[in-house]
Amino acid sequence: MKILVAVKRVPLTGGKIVLTEDERAISTRHLGFTISPHEECAAEEAVRLVEQHGGSSTVLTLGPPEAAEQLRDMMAIGIDGGSHLVTSGEEWDPQATAAAIAEAVRSEPEPYDLLLFGNESADAANYQVAIRVAYALGLPSVTGVKGVAVADGRVRCEQEVAGGRDVYELPLPAVVTVKEGLNLPRYPSVPGRLRAKRKPIETRTPARPEPRLEMVRLKLPPSSGNRVEVLGHGPEAAPAVVDVLQGLGVI
Amino acid sequence: MSAASGGESAPGADAREASGTPDEAGGTPEANGRLPAAQRVVVIGAGIVGNSLAYHLLRLGETEVTLIDKGPLPNPGGSTGHASNFIFPVDHSKEMTLLTLESMRQYKELGVFIESGGIEIARNEPRMQELTRRMASAKAWGIEPVSLLNPEEVLELVPFINHKLIMGGFYTPGCGVVDSLRAATIMRERAAERGLTVSANTEVLGIDVEGGRVRRVRTTRGDVEAERVVIACGAWSPRLARMAGASIPLTPMVHQMIDIGPAPRFAAAEAMIEYPIVRDMDTNMYERQEGTGLEIGSYAHRPITLDADEIPSIDESALTPTELPFTQDDFDPQMEIALELMPEIVGDESVGVKYAINGVLSVTHDGMPLLGETPEVGGLWSAAAIWIKEGPGAGKTLAELMVHGVSEIDVYESNIARVYPCQRTRAHIRARACEGFSKMYGIVHPSEQWASDRRVRLSPFYEHERELGAMFFETAGWERPHWYESNAPLLDEYGERVTRREAEWDARWWSPIINAEHLAMRDRAAMIDLSAFAVFDVTGPGALDAVQRIAMRQVDVPVGRVVYTPLLTPSGGFKQDLTIMRLGADVFRFVTGGAYGMSDRKWVADHLPADGSAQLHDQTNAWCTLGLWGPRARDILSSVTSADVSHEGFPFARCRTIEVDTLSVLASRISYVGDLGWELYAPIEQGARLWEIIAEAGAPHGIVPAGIGVYGTTGRLEKCYRAYGAELEADYNVVEAGMAWGKVKDADFIGKEAHVRHRAQEPAAVMCSLTVDDHTSATGVKRYMLGNEPIVTPDGAPLVDRRGRRSYVTSAGAAPSLGRHILMSYLPPEHAVVGERLAVEFMGERYPATVVTNDSTPAFDPANARVRS
Amino acid sequence: MVLVFIENPGDELSQQALVFARALGEEVQAVSIDAGYAPAAWASSIAEVISRRGPSAVIAPGTDRGNELLAHVAARLDLPMAANCTSVTPGDPATVTRVRWGGSLLEEALVHGSPLLLTAAPHAVAAEPVGVEISTLTPSLDGALGVIEHQRATVAGVSLADASVVVSGGRGVGSAEGFAPIEELAALLGAAVGCSRAVTSAGWRPHADQVGQTGTKISPEIYIACGISGATQHMAGAKGAKKILAINPDAEASIFASADYAVIGDLHQVVPAISEEIRKARAR
Repeated sequence: MKILVAVKRVPLTGGKIVLTEDERAISTRHLGFTISPHEECAAEEAVRLVEQHGGSSTVLTLGPPEAAEQLRDMMAIGIDGGSHLVTSGEEWDPQATAAAIAEAVRSEPEPYDLLLFGNESADAANYQVAIRVAYALGLPSVTGVKGVAVADGRVRCEQEVAGGRDVYELPLPAVVTVKEGLNLPRYPSVPGRLRAKRKPIETRTPARPEPRLEMVRLKLPPSSGNRVEVLGHGPEAAPAVVDVLQGLGVI
Repeated sequence: MSAASGGESAPGADAREASGTPDEAGGTPEANGRLPAAQRVVVIGAGIVGNSLAYHLLRLGETEVTLIDKGPLPNPGGSTGHASNFIFPVDHSKEMTLLTLESMRQYKELGVFIESGGIEIARNEPRMQELTRRMASAKAWGIEPVSLLNPEEVLELVPFINHKLIMGGFYTPGCGVVDSLRAATIMRERAAERGLTVSANTEVLGIDVEGGRVRRVRTTRGDVEAERVVIACGAWSPRLARMAGASIPLTPMVHQMIDIGPAPRFAAAEAMIEYPIVRDMDTNMYERQEGTGLEIGSYAHRPITLDADEIPSIDESALTPTELPFTQDDFDPQMEIALELMPEIVGDESVGVKYAINGVLSVTHDGMPLLGETPEVGGLWSAAAIWIKEGPGAGKTLAELMVHGVSEIDVYESNIARVYPCQRTRAHIRARACEGFSKMYGIVHPSEQWASDRRVRLSPFYEHERELGAMFFETAGWERPHWYESNAPLLDEYGERVTRREAEWDARWWSPIINAEHLAMRDRAAMIDLSAFAVFDVTGPGALDAVQRIAMRQVDVPVGRVVYTPLLTPSGGFKQDLTIMRLGADVFRFVTGGAYGMSDRKWVADHLPADGSAQLHDQTNAWCTLGLWGPRARDILSSVTSADVSHEGFPFARCRTIEVDTLSVLASRISYVGDLGWELYAPIEQGARLWEIIAEAGAPHGIVPAGIGVYGTTGRLEKCYRAYGAELEADYNVVEAGMAWGKVKDADFIGKEAHVRHRAQEPAAVMCSLTVDDHTSATGVKRYMLGNEPIVTPDGAPLVDRRGRRSYVTSAGAAPSLGRHILMSYLPPEHAVVGERLAVEFMGERYPATVVTNDSTPAFDPANARVRS
Repeated sequence: MVLVFIENPGDELSQQALVFARALGEEVQAVSIDAGYAPAAWASSIAEVISRRGPSAVIAPGTDRGNELLAHVAARLDLPMAANCTSVTPGDPATVTRVRWGGSLLEEALVHGSPLLLTAAPHAVAAEPVGVEISTLTPSLDGALGVIEHQRATVAGVSLADASVVVSGGRGVGSAEGFAPIEELAALLGAAVGCSRAVTSAGWRPHADQVGQTGTKISPEIYIACGISGATQHMAGAKGAKKILAINPDAEASIFASADYAVIGDLHQVVPAISEEIRKARAR
C-alpha cells in the first residue's frame, strides 16, 4: 500500500516562549525544530503498515526550505521518500495548506491508499487541514485515532472517547488523523540516519493565496500571578498535606 | 548518571523535566530569600568549578562566602550538566596533567569516579609515533600503568571495535568517568556545613567597581557587598566580566555528541561502565559505553563559535542553555566513521539515536584555562575555561591562591593575567579557538605555530627581517625571527660542525641554520631582535623598597647597574627570573620575557605599596631591543659610538645611555647567550634605523642576524642558563635550581623565609645538564629530543626525588659549539653527579645520556671568559 | 443570530460555548444532534440549518467532536474556521483570539468569511445558565461514515479526564516500579494515576496515563504532581486543575510557579508519608 504522512515543522520550545519583534512568530534564534508528537506517531504507523503490508511511504510537508530537516528525520525512521511544498516561511492558513496538499496528492501518478495526519499541529492547532484535504479529494476521514488496522481494502480506526473507544471502518483510500499514544515511535538508528540522506525529496513551490484565517499577531497569555504555599520539607510535610486534602473535601 | 547521558526520554518538549526551570515571575518557595548584605567572597556560578572553589575556600578557613547561580540546582544549565565527564589524565602539558590528577584524586574521594580505562587508538603511523610520545609524557608526569596495545589487544578490551581499521592503541587503565554534577552537589553540601550561603535562581544584574576594586554584586535577590568576587560562569564568563569592565577572554564553542542505545551487547553489562573509553584520535572522535548506551562525541565538525551573549536563557532553552539544537549535517560524516569503527553497536538498526546536542564549552586563545585575579579589577577573580577533567583541581588551586597567595600546583600557564590586550579581542580568540579546535585530538608538535591572526605585533626590525627571509615564530603576539634563510650559506661555511636532523619530527619547526647562526655568533657577532621583551619601570620615592621586596637579589645597587634576579613566590619557588636596571635613584626598569610579561607586570604591580609611593609604568610598547653579541661585538659597537665601550669603560652588568651613530641608545651589558655584548634599547620609532646602523657597522666584521632559535635555545643551553617556564617553576626552589650563589640580602623580600630554609636543607633535586651519548635509534636514524622526555636509569626505571617529583627534560637542544645535544633536568641528588650514566626515553626508545654539569657551571666556556672579556 | 452546537445538553463545555456566543451580541440559538456519531452526516445537517436559518456565526465547543464537526462544516462550505477561540469581536472581518501551543501562546486573527465558524476554547469563559431552547436535529445516517462500534473501557478505576483527584509522577519517579507509592496514594484517594511525557517516552507508563498537551487534559479538584518539574507541554494538560500540589526535591523547579501547594522533598519519602498520614487520619 502507498501511504502519505503530512507533518509540520515547529520550533522545539523551552519553558518560556519568546516572540519575534513583529510578534508574528516565535523567536527561534536558540531553538531546534521538531514536529508534533501526533505526527511522529503517524509516521511510525506508516512505517509499520508498510512493514506489514508492503508498499511505500512518503512524508509531506508544507514549509520553508529548512523543513527538509523534518522530512529527513522521518525518513531516518523508515519513511521512503519526501515531498516538500516549499514556502517562503510565511504562515499559511488551513484552507491554503489543505488546498496545496490536495493538489500535490492529486498530481501523484499512483494514488495514495492512506493519508495520515496528526490530529492537530503542535503550534497553530487548527484541527481542520486533514478534513479539508479529505473533502477536496472526496475521501472519507476520521480524526483523533489511537488504533489503526488495515485489512481487505479497509482501515479500522479506534478513537478514545469517554468510557472507552469508538470504532470506525473506512474504505481505502482514506484520510486519518492520529493522536500520540497510537504507538511508541522508534528512535532513528545511525544507519537509518545515513540512509535518509540519500532518499529522494520531491519539491514544488505552490503559490500562497490570501489567507482567510489571517493571523495578525501572537501574544503571551497573562501569567497567573499565582503564589505557592510551602507545606513543608520532606516527609514531615505529610500532616499539612492531609489537612489540605481534607479542606478540599477529597478525603 | 550524568545529565549528558540522561537521554532516556526523547529530546521533546518536556525532556528538561529533571532539571526544572525557574520562573522569573517568582512563585518559587524561596523567592523571598535575600542575599546577605555583605560577604567576604561571592562566587558566581554553581557548576563543577564554582562548587569546588566554594568548598575549598571554606575548607581553607575562608568565611562569609556566598555561591550564587542564575539557574536552578543541582543542574543550573551550564556545561557541567551536559559534559561527557570522562577523564584521560595523560597530557603533554605538565600543568594540565597536574590539575587533572588532582581533580581525579578529588573525584575518587567524593565517590563519583568510575575507573573504566581508556584507549587512544591510532589509524596511521604518525599517530603511532604520537602514542609513544604519550607514553613518554605519562612516564614524565608519573602516570602508571600505561601501555601500547596492538590491534588484537584493543579488540580484547573493546570486543565491538573493528580492529582492522587501527594500528594500535595507547591504554591508560586509570582513565575514568565521573559524575560531575554529583561531585558539585557533594562539595556544595560540604561547604554548606561549613557555612556557605547558597542562592540558586539568582541572576547577577551588575558588578560594581569602585576605585579599581570590586565592590558589590547586584542580583535579582538584592545587592551584596563583596571584598572578592569570583566569576565561575563557564561560557557566560565574558558577559559577567564585562559587567565589571574586565575581560575574561574565552569563546563559547560547540561540541557535538549523541547517545545511542540500547545496544544488545550492553544489556548484559554488569557494571554501569564496563568497557574502556575509545578516543579515535585521527578522526577527532570518541566513543564510550555507559549503561546500555554508547555516547559518540566529536571535535571533527567545522568550528562553531558563538558569543557569550548569544547563549539562550534557561527559560528559552528547549534543554538547557548550553545544550543547543543539534545540527545533523555537521555530524553526518562522524556517524559514518563511528559506524565503520563500531559496526556491531552503531550499525544495529534496533539501536536508536536517543539524544543529540551541540554542547557548549569554553575555549581560549591558547587552550589553557583562565585562573586568577583579573588584571583590570582588583578583587575580581576568574575561574573560567575549565573542563570537567581539571575542575576540582582548578577549584582547589584558585582557593589556595585566594587564601594563601600561592598554590600547590603552579598554574602560570593558566594565569588569566598572561593574556595581552591584543589576545583579548573577540576576533582573535575566535580565530585561535577555531584553529585550536581542530587540533583538539591532533598531533601537535611542541614548536607548532599558530596560522591564524598573525602579524599582530611587529617590531621595527620586521621589514628588514622579512627581507632576510626570517622564519617567524610568535610570542605574545609578536612576530620574532626564529632563524633567517639569508644565513643558509653559513651551512656550507660550517659544514660538518652543523648537525642535521634526519627524522622529520625532530626537524619540524627547526632548521640547521639555527646552529650555523649560533656558530657565526660565537666566531664573529650576531644581532638578535628582542623586541618582544616586556619592559616596565617602577618609579617613585618608594620604588627602592618595593623592588627590594619583590626581587630576591640585592637591588640597592649604584645607578647604572643591571641585576639578574629571581622573583620568588611566598613559598620560595620561582615566580620569574628577570633583569632589573637601576636607571636612577628612584627608577628601576624590569625587563622580562614576552611570554609571561603580563603576568609579571601584574605580580609587580600587586606588590607595590598601597600608599602610591611607587608606580608601575609599562614601557613595552615604547622600546625595541636589539641584542648584539659575539667576540666582535665591541669592535662593531665602538665603530658607531664615541662612548667608551671597553671592558673597563663599560663593565659587565652595567647599563647606560650612549650615542650610537645619530641615535641615543640605552645599552645594557648582559648576555643570555654567554657572549660579549649588549642589549641595545631604542625608542620603537628609531628601531629600524638602529638595525641599519648595526647591520652596516657589523658587515665588515661578518655580523649575522640570528633568531630566537639561538637566543632561546642553543645559546643559553650550552651555557646552561635556566629559563622560566622550563627549568624555573614555582615547584622548584633556588637551591634546587643551583642559583643560590652569594649571600642572602638583609632586606626582606617575598619568599625570603622559605628561601633561607631551603638554603639550610639538602635539595630534593638538583638542576643538571646532560649530553646524549648515542642518538641512534633501533632503525638506525639519529633522533634528537625536544623536551619533556623522562630521564630514567640505564635500564629504564624512572627517577623520583624525595618530594615525589619525576626527572624529565626541562629543555633540550643543540650545543653547537660543543657538537652535542644537551638536556636539562632536575635529578635526585644521588644521581646528580657529573659523569653519572643515565638515559632519556624518546619516541618509545631509550638513549644513553651522561650528566655533564650539576651546578650553574656552564658546559661551554665554564669560566665565563667570553661575557667578561 | 448565532447558532451554537450543543454536544451534550448540560455539559460544561457546551454551556461555555453558549456563554461565549453571547459576546457576538446577537440572538443565540442552539442545536444538538440526536443520532449516532457520524461527522460528515452531522455536518451536512448543520449546513442545512445554516442555509435555512442564516446565522451570522456558528459556535461549537472546542472539544474533539466540536472541532471535528465544525471543520467538516467549514470544508463543505469552503469557509474559514477558527478553532479554540478565547474571545471574538464581531466585524467584517471578525477578530478572534485563539489558543496556540496548548495555551502557551495566544493568536489574534481575522476571520474573512460568513457565517463565522468558531469553536470556543475550553474554560475560556465560565459556564453559566443561558436561557436558550435547544432544537434537536435527527439527520439520516444512511450510508454515512460513523461509529460502528463502541468498546467499553475494560480497565476499572477512575478515568484520568474525569477524575476529581489525579496523582501524577514524572521523571523523578525513576522507574516503572517507582510508581508503587503513587499508585498506593491514588488508591487511598480514589484518584487516577497520571504521568508526564518523559515517563511514557521511557516506557514506564502507557500513553493513556499521560497528562499534557498531546496527552489527556485533566480537570480535577486537586492535582498532585510528584517529581514533575513542570514543562509547558505538561502544564498545558493540567490547566483545568482547580488546585495543584507539587512534590519536588528541587525548590526551584518551575512547577512551583504554577502550583498552589508545595512540598520540597523526595517523592519516594514524601508520598508514602502522606499515605500513612491518610490512614492514620481515617483510623481516628
